[in-house]
Amino acid sequence: MITVALVTGFALVLAGLYGALTNRNILRMIVSFTVADAGVNLVLVAVGAMPGRTAPILDAAVPVGDAARRIIDPLPQALVLTAIVIGLGVTALMLAYAYRLHATRGSLDISKFTELKW
Amino acid sequence: MVKHLVAFLLLAVLAAVFASLTLGYQPDAALNRTALYYAENTAKDLGAQNIVTAIVVTYRGLDTLGEVTVLFLTSAIVGLILSTHRATGEGRATGIPAAGELLRTGSRLLVPLILLAGVYVFVNGHLTPGGGFQGGAILASAALLMLLADPLHRFGHRLIAVVESLSGVAYVAIGLLGLAWAGGFLDNRFLPLGDFGTLFSAGAIPVIYTLIGLKVGAEFASMLASLSETEKS
Repeated sequence: MITVALVTGFALVLAGLYGALTNRNILRMIVSFTVADAGVNLVLVAVGAMPGRTAPILDAAVPVGDAARRIIDPLPQALVLTAIVIGLGVTALMLAYAYRLHATRGSLDISKFTELKW
Repeated sequence: MVKHLVAFLLLAVLAAVFASLTLGYQPDAALNRTALYYAENTAKDLGAQNIVTAIVVTYRGLDTLGEVTVLFLTSAIVGLILSTHRATGEGRATGIPAAGELLRTGSRLLVPLILLAGVYVFVNGHLTPGGGFQGGAILASAALLMLLADPLHRFGHRLIAVVESLSGVAYVAIGLLGLAWAGGFLDNRFLPLGDFGTLFSAGAIPVIYTLIGLKVGAEFASMLASLSETEKS
């Protein structure tokens, strides 16, 4: 199960990067980045998982004294929570800049913006 | 075509790296030292049932304050970038047909329920999966529903700004209370820890997560409002 999640996450990262590198439309590139972002989060959560254990919530299923042997690593989950929120902020910023680019230059085609090209 | 080939080759190399990582991956058999500390000490130190919440709100509370600040900066920058293009509600073409009866009544029925679900998620953040960020996102989805049902709807930016600033100030104030009456900044133990596993437990964690939920909800709503108000008329 962990391997499936790892493979899926890595595949999403690759698909997202491929889309970001080959698409010319800025909106499509932003969507590709969010796909890669989801892949990275999936890989992080998968690395924190351990076979035969349960979520790090000490309810009726996990007695407090037995927690060390019953729960998975809670740290990657806290990390991914942060990563998701920051990823959303980055996406919103990219969309706002894309809007501004389209408003000033009338195009979302990355090959039309040659100022930073070398 | 050459560019696609180069990108493909680069990603093939990266895929080889990922493949070797996946093939050689062995899941841990036991918790590492940090995780072990959290597993053994969260319940008796902080009284929180959800260990992830305890890490996010208390053990790593300062990082979460920074995270909320990043979100605030994002919403401020989005508002700033889009502000010069903001179309006024009256001047816009009324080409959009008015929403039908079903859509209007349906969204009016659903918005309070969605808000209730969001509040439930962040109030129970220390007991069940969920918390301030998830609950805040659910609150903002109610704002999104209102915008989708009526694209010409205008939110009161004042209300959003007041909710956001008040919850941010209260968040820092609670952190300072922890500094004064408990072990340090954002320490949750200046309130009684209560009975383990009940709603009023884990000291200040539910209060802090409620404030985070309100703040995140207000920030997301203001981003949505900025993005929708700049639509070309």
